[in-house]
Amino acid sequence: MKFLVCVKQVPGSNNVQVDPVTGVLKRSGIQSKMNPYDLYSLEAALSLAERYEGSVQTITMGPPQAKAVIVETICMGAESGTVLSDRKFAGADVLATAYTISQGIEKTGEFDIIFCGKQTTDGDTAQVGAELSEYLGLPNVSNVISIEEIKDGKVYLTAALDDKNVKMSVKMPCLISVDGDINSPRLPSYKVKQTVTDDMVRFLSFDDFDDKNPNNYGLNGSATQVERIFPPEKNAEKQEIKGTSAEQSQALFELISAKKII
Amino acid sequence: MGELLVKNQLITPKKADELIKLCPFGAISYNGSEVSISSACKMCKLCVKKSGGLVEYVEDQEKHVDKDLWKGICVYVDQREGNIHKVTYELLGKAKELAKVINHPVYALVIGSNMNEGINKLLYYGVDKVFVYDDPALADFRIEPYTAAFCDFIEKIKPSSIMLGATNLGRQLAPRVAARMKSGLTADCTVLEMKDNTDLVQIRPAFGGNIMAQIISPNTRPQFCTVRYKVFAEPKPSDTPSGEIVKMEVTSKMCASAIEVLSTQNKPSDIDISEADIVVAIGRGAMSEAMRNAAAELAGLLGGVVACTRPLAEANIFDAKHQIGLSGRTVKPKFIICLGISGAVQFTAGMKSSDCIVAINSDKNAQIFDVAHYGIVGDVNEIVPMLIEKIKGADKNV
Repeated sequence: MKFLVCVKQVPGSNNVQVDPVTGVLKRSGIQSKMNPYDLYSLEAALSLAERYEGSVQTITMGPPQAKAVIVETICMGAESGTVLSDRKFAGADVLATAYTISQGIEKTGEFDIIFCGKQTTDGDTAQVGAELSEYLGLPNVSNVISIEEIKDGKVYLTAALDDKNVKMSVKMPCLISVDGDINSPRLPSYKVKQTVTDDMVRFLSFDDFDDKNPNNYGLNGSATQVERIFPPEKNAEKQEIKGTSAEQSQALFELISAKKII
Repeated sequence: MGELLVKNQLITPKKADELIKLCPFGAISYNGSEVSISSACKMCKLCVKKSGGLVEYVEDQEKHVDKDLWKGICVYVDQREGNIHKVTYELLGKAKELAKVINHPVYALVIGSNMNEGINKLLYYGVDKVFVYDDPALADFRIEPYTAAFCDFIEKIKPSSIMLGATNLGRQLAPRVAARMKSGLTADCTVLEMKDNTDLVQIRPAFGGNIMAQIISPNTRPQFCTVRYKVFAEPKPSDTPSGEIVKMEVTSKMCASAIEVLSTQNKPSDIDISEADIVVAIGRGAMSEAMRNAAAELAGLLGGVVACTRPLAEANIFDAKHQIGLSGRTVKPKFIICLGISGAVQFTAGMKSSDCIVAINSDKNAQIFDVAHYGIVGDVNEIVPMLIEKIKGADKNV
């Protein structure tokens, strides 16, 4: 049984602001971490691998520094991992990102289940997993809240579909995106970290891919374009309630009364 | 569509240093002779604007799509077992607005089984045509058949824009269909506008909501977007039905799937904060046990529910179902009171369209005051208990 987990390196904080005068992005520090939602999908894969004597590989796309998240996955129990990195991948939207990862996976091997996290904390779109499954031609299920068992080439699982929980079986190979809090992710082992060698992390770039049309990657391969970015609008009509706590609570009480809430 | 070109012949170590500082993503590096841009580049083009010509943006040939061939604003009808999710009506209201700008028809796309009752409801929301894929094999949501039916519809009808509710279902279906169509998809739009050339202007919070991004898909059709429940207002249904129902053929090939649905269970009915009219929201500045109890008491007195910010959900003080914001629920109550909430935009994105927003925070610079209609710079630990006493007192007087 072979499992692959897609992970992403995200900024340590989302504390980005736009200077309203110059329109310049103000970013405080560029510390990075593994997307927290990926910890759950990695844990799901690792525990299945333990149960069914399988192996776990991981894959990411990003700048060369993204190697750090692959190393982290190895410290948690993955066997090896791949970093997809090339300047040609820069500026990719969901479509181009999913396509690039699909090309990378095809060069990485064949897997029974590909795991994705629910979403990332920087993009927050929760779309890459489903688009990736389309490019790989695999069935996909999102919001998986439990994985019961693997039997006869099928994985039995439960997915949250808004107000319903749906139990289903999915023929492998398949792609699943797991919800947060499906499990309690294990901690990385620092003992393992000492033993991580360079050959455990593989780098693939544009030149390694089958599809060598640069128009399918990065900004060129993106269907969406960001026309502009701007700071969120502020509320124009606002009122400040001043005074002592007693005065403020009285004003608030009057407001609530006036609004006919009580 | 293009790439960045660094004019390395003009680079000096000092200029390289300035260039590196310009990039908010740390994508620019210098090896002593050449400046290079790594794949961390997000193509924000700040380096082009601010480097005084050291970095140039080279346009590639644009891909073109004949936009006249694509007509209509389509809303995907989000349904489970025939029950239509209310986000569908909200989207139909917005679709009508957008279609008016470019004089396009409004379409609704139904994929399911035994949908007659639901379809008739749709006719009260100003649709021009309702396209229906109705087959027992489509009773349960399974990704491959739904995608196949959806793409069949797109190939036959060629709608210009497609809107889906950002439900768990919509969030799976939209990307799968968009990828097959090799077209653009924007998640969780909070504002939608239409250009005269039929480009859909999609505005959404980015970077966890700290900035807003305006996005278009200028070279592909159809343009896809998802919108969360309660972002747009639900229109009033008309008195008389209108619009044409078009039955579409469902083929057995369409229905092939590797997924078998074994059983479906209703989730235990929890308090749904997105349905509440009154919300008492608490953040890190009000997370003490005493304040949590006070918030619960206040919510009880006001007939509302308690909600929280992301840190409180992540610390497991509250269940994630109570979390407001980009990674939680969107709420649009008549009245929301925010206690000790700093107001990161990833939070406010989930509540800023509330009718009346009150915020209490001890920090006068807290961002929450930017969205609040009534701002109170003060101590929640004093004000809230006093307010509770006053409400209780008023009750006694009645």
